[in-house]
Amino acid sequence: MIEVHELTKDFGETRAVDAISFRVEPGEIVGFLGPNGAGKTTTMRVITCYLPPSSGSVEVDGLDVQEKSLEVRQKIGYLPESAPLYLDMNVVDYLRFIAEIRAIPPTQRRGALRNAVEVCGLGDVLQKNVGQLSSGYKQRVGLAQAILHDPEILILDEPTRGLDPNQIEEVRTVIRELGQHKTIIFSTHILQEVQAICQRVLIIREGKLVFDGSKEELSFGMTGKDRVYVEMRANGDAAEHVGRIENVQEVHVLSREDGVLRLRVEAPRGKDVREKIFATAVQQGWVLLELRRETRSLEDVFREYTTS
Amino acid sequence: MSNVMVIFKKEMRAYFTSPIAYFVLTIFLVFCGIFFSLPLFLNNQASMRGAFSVILYAFTLFVPAITMRLISEEKKTGTFELLVTMPVSDVQVILGKFLAAVSLLMVAVALTSTYAMTVAALGDVDGGEIFTGYLGLALLGAGYVAVGICASSFTENQIVAFLVSLAVILFLTFIDKLVSFLPIGGTNFFEYLGAEFHFRNIERGVIDTRDLVYYASLIFVGLYFSVRALHRRF
Repeated sequence: MIEVHELTKDFGETRAVDAISFRVEPGEIVGFLGPNGAGKTTTMRVITCYLPPSSGSVEVDGLDVQEKSLEVRQKIGYLPESAPLYLDMNVVDYLRFIAEIRAIPPTQRRGALRNAVEVCGLGDVLQKNVGQLSSGYKQRVGLAQAILHDPEILILDEPTRGLDPNQIEEVRTVIRELGQHKTIIFSTHILQEVQAICQRVLIIREGKLVFDGSKEELSFGMTGKDRVYVEMRANGDAAEHVGRIENVQEVHVLSREDGVLRLRVEAPRGKDVREKIFATAVQQGWVLLELRRETRSLEDVFREYTTS
Repeated sequence: MSNVMVIFKKEMRAYFTSPIAYFVLTIFLVFCGIFFSLPLFLNNQASMRGAFSVILYAFTLFVPAITMRLISEEKKTGTFELLVTMPVSDVQVILGKFLAAVSLLMVAVALTSTYAMTVAALGDVDGGEIFTGYLGLALLGAGYVAVGICASSFTENQIVAFLVSLAVILFLTFIDKLVSFLPIGGTNFFEYLGAEFHFRNIERGVIDTRDLVYYASLIFVGLYFSVRALHRRF
């Protein structure tokens, strides 16, 4: 559905996006992560035909964004960063203008407006000037504008920016609902958002794509290893014993005091070594106090990927 | 509805739902009214020539005022990004905005037809001269609007857009009058550059291709560079 191939974008001397490639399949919700200035917005702007690529190509539904720009734009609903709107129009006039410029046939216009207003919860503010709305409502008007023509693809640049926690939850719910029928790429700084909404994650750092996979894969971190934490009452050479267990790659001794040994055991992804550790402990007569698989928070993993 | 018309409609609404259009129109009419009526009885002629000059000079301020926000405001507030990612071409965006500003200008000019009626009530007027005078004003106004949009396309600062278009329009209005001060040759060239010079020809009733080509090229060049400016994105 969206195919980004070796996309590079330069602004003068600076390379904002550096040869990134990825594919998004129909119906996927993809979270686009990365520190500020990593190139998320630039990538989205190329997909939405706002910026031409310096090199490489982007295809939407098999249509090149440069050669078939107008067709591509018709397929995409776009919410730019900080939801820019005409502040001197009222909400319903604004949405009517978008409906006209999107060339929604007059017979379907009413239904499209009603649907967008309902999904985004704008019923109470239709006659208000956009300029008078709170930032939460502005964001929702921006979202309504993006979904008005019922596009197959939604590109949302930080859709929850500047919202309070309740509004964030509302927008997330809307995105989740929309995601049942549409392909969505959204960018964010908030990692819980990724957890809450999307199946797939892209992490970009200094213009390069450093991670592309499911959010489960992401939780394994950069090393891609399973980690097991072991706490037990055991004698001195227990760590070496554990190191000889099948599939165990590394054993870090975290602490050793009053005969209590704390270890972190690393194994290849998907290889659960807990049973073997337990069996060894029984065999050696160690007293297991704690044995658990370590899960790392997304924050930890994000930090791993985005700092050197 | 064609995309140009959608943009046109939106801009017309923006003009007339905010107080700006009424405010600028009022100032324009007061200004023209004063300088039309003051010398009217002194000259003792049933002619619109004086009025046309006044309107033409008023354009130098009026046109930058109504064109300065057209693109630069969109760039400043970020709505530009949404507008140009809609399924409309850059040419359609510029044309829609151009037609809206020209229409507002024509509304202003049409309101000055009361002067023509006044003059007609006072004496015998030359209908042909009034017709060609208004035709000339329309062409000249459209050319100035193209200049104004062009200035607005290159900056996100409305004040800069206003000052740049004011400077260019003043140059075009007065260059042919300054020619006599030039110690060098090329007077014909500078005269040809002057927008008012061509207006005088048309007003006299001489519809010469050279004058039409001048205005057509002014409009074309202005709009061409406006479209080019839309491609400059950061």
